[in-house]
Amino acid sequence: MGAYLIRRVGYGLITVLGVLFLLFVLFFAVTDPDDIARKAVGERARPEVYALWKKNHGYDRPLLLNRAYAAGDSRRYTDTLLFDHYRRMLTFDFGNSDADDSLIARRLKEGMGPSLSLTVPLFAFGLVLGVLLALFVAFFRETYIDRAVLVLCMLTMSIAGLLYIISGQYLIGMLLKWFPISGFAFEPYLAGRFLALPVLVGVVSGIGADVRLYRTIFVEESNRDYVRTARAKGCGEVRVMLAHVLRNALIPILSNIVITIPFLFTGALLLESFFGIPGLGSLTVEAIQGNDFSTLRTMVYLGALLFIAGQILTDISYALADPRVRLT
Amino acid sequence: MSAPLLSVENLVLTFPAETGRIAVVDKLNLTIARGETLALVGESGCGKSLTALAIMRLLPKPGRVEASSRIEFDGRNLLELSVPEMRAVRGGAIGMIFQEPMTSLNPVTTVGDQVLEAVWLHEKMSRSAARERVVELLHMVGIPDPRARFSAYPHQLSGGLKQRVMIAMAMAMRPRLLIADEPTTALDATIRAQILALLRQLSFDTGTAVLLITHDFGVVNEIADRVAVMYAGMIVEEGTRRELLSHPRHPYAQGLLKSIPRPEARGNKLLEIKGVVPRPGRWPPGCRFAPRCPSAFDRCQAELPHRTTLSSSQGAWCHLVEYEVHT
Amino acid sequence: MGFLSNTLVVLLLVGGVWLARLVARDRYWRENATQLWRRRPLALITLALFLLIGVLDSVGWVGGGASGEDDVAALRSRTLIDRLFQPERFTEASYSAPLARLSFYGGQPLKHPGKHLLGTDILGRDVVYRACKGVRVALLIGGFTSLIVIPIALLFGVFAGYFGKRIDDAVFFLMTVLASVPSLLLLIALVMVMGRGTLQVCIALGITGWVHFCRIARGETLKLREAEFVDAARALGVSDLTIIRRHVLPNIAHLIIITFALSFTGLVLAETILSYLGIGLDGSWGQMIDQARNELSRTPIIWWNLAGASVALFVLILAVNMIADALRDIIDPRTRREGR
Repeated sequence: MGAYLIRRVGYGLITVLGVLFLLFVLFFAVTDPDDIARKAVGERARPEVYALWKKNHGYDRPLLLNRAYAAGDSRRYTDTLLFDHYRRMLTFDFGNSDADDSLIARRLKEGMGPSLSLTVPLFAFGLVLGVLLALFVAFFRETYIDRAVLVLCMLTMSIAGLLYIISGQYLIGMLLKWFPISGFAFEPYLAGRFLALPVLVGVVSGIGADVRLYRTIFVEESNRDYVRTARAKGCGEVRVMLAHVLRNALIPILSNIVITIPFLFTGALLLESFFGIPGLGSLTVEAIQGNDFSTLRTMVYLGALLFIAGQILTDISYALADPRVRLT
Repeated sequence: MSAPLLSVENLVLTFPAETGRIAVVDKLNLTIARGETLALVGESGCGKSLTALAIMRLLPKPGRVEASSRIEFDGRNLLELSVPEMRAVRGGAIGMIFQEPMTSLNPVTTVGDQVLEAVWLHEKMSRSAARERVVELLHMVGIPDPRARFSAYPHQLSGGLKQRVMIAMAMAMRPRLLIADEPTTALDATIRAQILALLRQLSFDTGTAVLLITHDFGVVNEIADRVAVMYAGMIVEEGTRRELLSHPRHPYAQGLLKSIPRPEARGNKLLEIKGVVPRPGRWPPGCRFAPRCPSAFDRCQAELPHRTTLSSSQGAWCHLVEYEVHT
Repeated sequence: MGFLSNTLVVLLLVGGVWLARLVARDRYWRENATQLWRRRPLALITLALFLLIGVLDSVGWVGGGASGEDDVAALRSRTLIDRLFQPERFTEASYSAPLARLSFYGGQPLKHPGKHLLGTDILGRDVVYRACKGVRVALLIGGFTSLIVIPIALLFGVFAGYFGKRIDDAVFFLMTVLASVPSLLLLIALVMVMGRGTLQVCIALGITGWVHFCRIARGETLKLREAEFVDAARALGVSDLTIIRRHVLPNIAHLIIITFALSFTGLVLAETILSYLGIGLDGSWGQMIDQARNELSRTPIIWWNLAGASVALFVLILAVNMIADALRDIIDPRTRREGR
């Protein structure tokens, strides 16, 4: 297990380096720093203003090789955008936003709290509700309940997330006035009201796909031989579901959670933006609308980092949950 | 003779097909006496496993036991029991082991916990007492170092050991009947002999009757007291082991035994039964073996044979045999 | 518009011909097609209808506009859908409710009273017309992108799975890196960097969706490489490329089709998010929804714009989902439900 872990983390680190290279190509090689400067400063400034802006934001160095230095001088390679990019990203030195010059790190710190307060409940409720519903449906498989729920899942899956948000805001926020349409409060006891609707919308929009997937897993497990053995021992259907099927189904479910982790970031993007929650998602949307490439770069990097970390964690928990992997 | 432990009468099992429900097992009759080992022999696809599952009321969903059937066990018709009552029977009065030990054990629970469940479902006791019982059971089925093996996971055990664990689970509550569905088919030849010997020993020690399902006459020879031969959803001949192996009367049983390769017969042509087993839904009217039977005559095509008693223990479902007996 | 829509039509026709040949020649595919028709006739008809509208909106030529148009407008190519709806004449001044006779604000009589089935938007354009225009965009997003991505992903995936070792390591690493960035973020980054044109958005969608196909192609090829008939072919001296063409590709075709159907909806939905962020495709339903968002909060409420786009989007995605589901049940035996 230990060797597996080390290999896994090692590969994750290499992947991070790969992602950073991809970001470099996208944000420095493909994008023209002059364009970024122009968007930030305005179209009609003098060339010196552009040059100064680029210098201040670190865009004024050559991409890969700095020929200003002699061969043999290490600064030939280190005083480049590539090296700088790697150094800063790996040391989490994110610099300033291209749009408003604020310190990105500070904005990150401010945004983390609200984001987590949205995504953690979203994830937890979504998972628990999905598993419970799927268990219920799997118990009643091939009956009318099962078919009805499956049809419902198909319908709910086919509705765009955007529409859930819009109709949620309209129906519950405007018509029924149960929760505020948007906004946020930092005090925990006030934040609940503002988070209720986005969490509700987020859970409902994803539940269809989840229940279908988990149901398939549960039903597949129910058809296995060891379940037949359990029944032959005298286990009732309920016990079969909870003590045997669920325990085994957790393994494939865990691996599917990896796939849902990125949706925590991107789903939060929409939710935060629509519901006015000042988290990292809102920050990203602002960066898009403001052509703020440095912030966008940072957000993509962090997204990838968290995703890779999430994958490693999931792999580890998978290995812990399955004794066949753990004990070899 | 005392009443049989298990008496299956007129068992009919149906499954849905494109043309409606078809019978996979039809008018099957079977009895097992207390403490005896009955081998149910037949080719793959004749319905033996389904019969076993039906006795346990574990027939997979689309299948159905038709109302005309009757399964009497220890004086009660199992088909009429309520669900909780049947659950008490399963694992309590009747135990069952399956063919594939690899997949028949829960991979994420320890072996000991699984046997524990078999006990705990039927008799509530303290955890330590239950643990002791499990260790005893593991020892009884011949697992070396049972206390240590308690916390082993199935994937850490060999096929033979896994099957022993299955037997321990099935025998946990000293059932009166053990149903073994091809328990040794997936095991090596040497292990096979050990498992069969274990089953024989347990049956002898605990007085448990055994319904052994197999397609292998070698297995029959080793542990069966009585044999029932099954073809196309019904029993065609039954009798003691000696009777069936030395003088079978039904043409199908005769054909089966003749086709077993013998070293003495080397150089001669290998005997076979011509034709193939008809699929459920395509059974001919009348005797189902008639199309392949070398001795078939008119009545065989028209009428399904009844049981002809040949001795106190042997019986055959065959018109020819009936004719021979009555002349 | 010309280049892409013409390419779309050509691709659709080529794809259609290929599918028809496949179904006609191969008994296996003919059975699948019949099964699919038996199970989901309504969904197939719906999809065919959408495809028809999409094709109609892709065939266009210059000329025949309303009199009094300026030169620029007259040179614009107008599709069959355009000619059907004649938006130059069919437009009102501003909002109007479905089948209304008067305009929404001000109660002025409309130019075409009672003819706008779903009313008109802020610029007076007929909602049904705009919804129809969105069909081509949706098909472009889902279909065109996939049709580009699939061959490239197949190339990488099959080669990686078949030849293994270094090629596999390289492709796997590339896949992992691309897959590690949450797809929406990557999509946004790509569009921001490449620009907001139709082709760029399609390419961006393609890059984010490529990994999915590649992974499946690679996985299946790895499995097939171990198959005995491949060993046999190799022993007979058949070249690797021929083995790939003759043995590997046909066996992964069914998975590719299922994945295509499943990813179609994901792509269309991704574009709606891009539209909300302002970087989506022009004329898409996502854009309509984005523009219609705020109309819900007006009193009296204006709902028909949102309804038109939402219903069109929902129906297409539902149809494709249902077809994909049925296809999966038919083709991939592993997911067949118990008790058949």
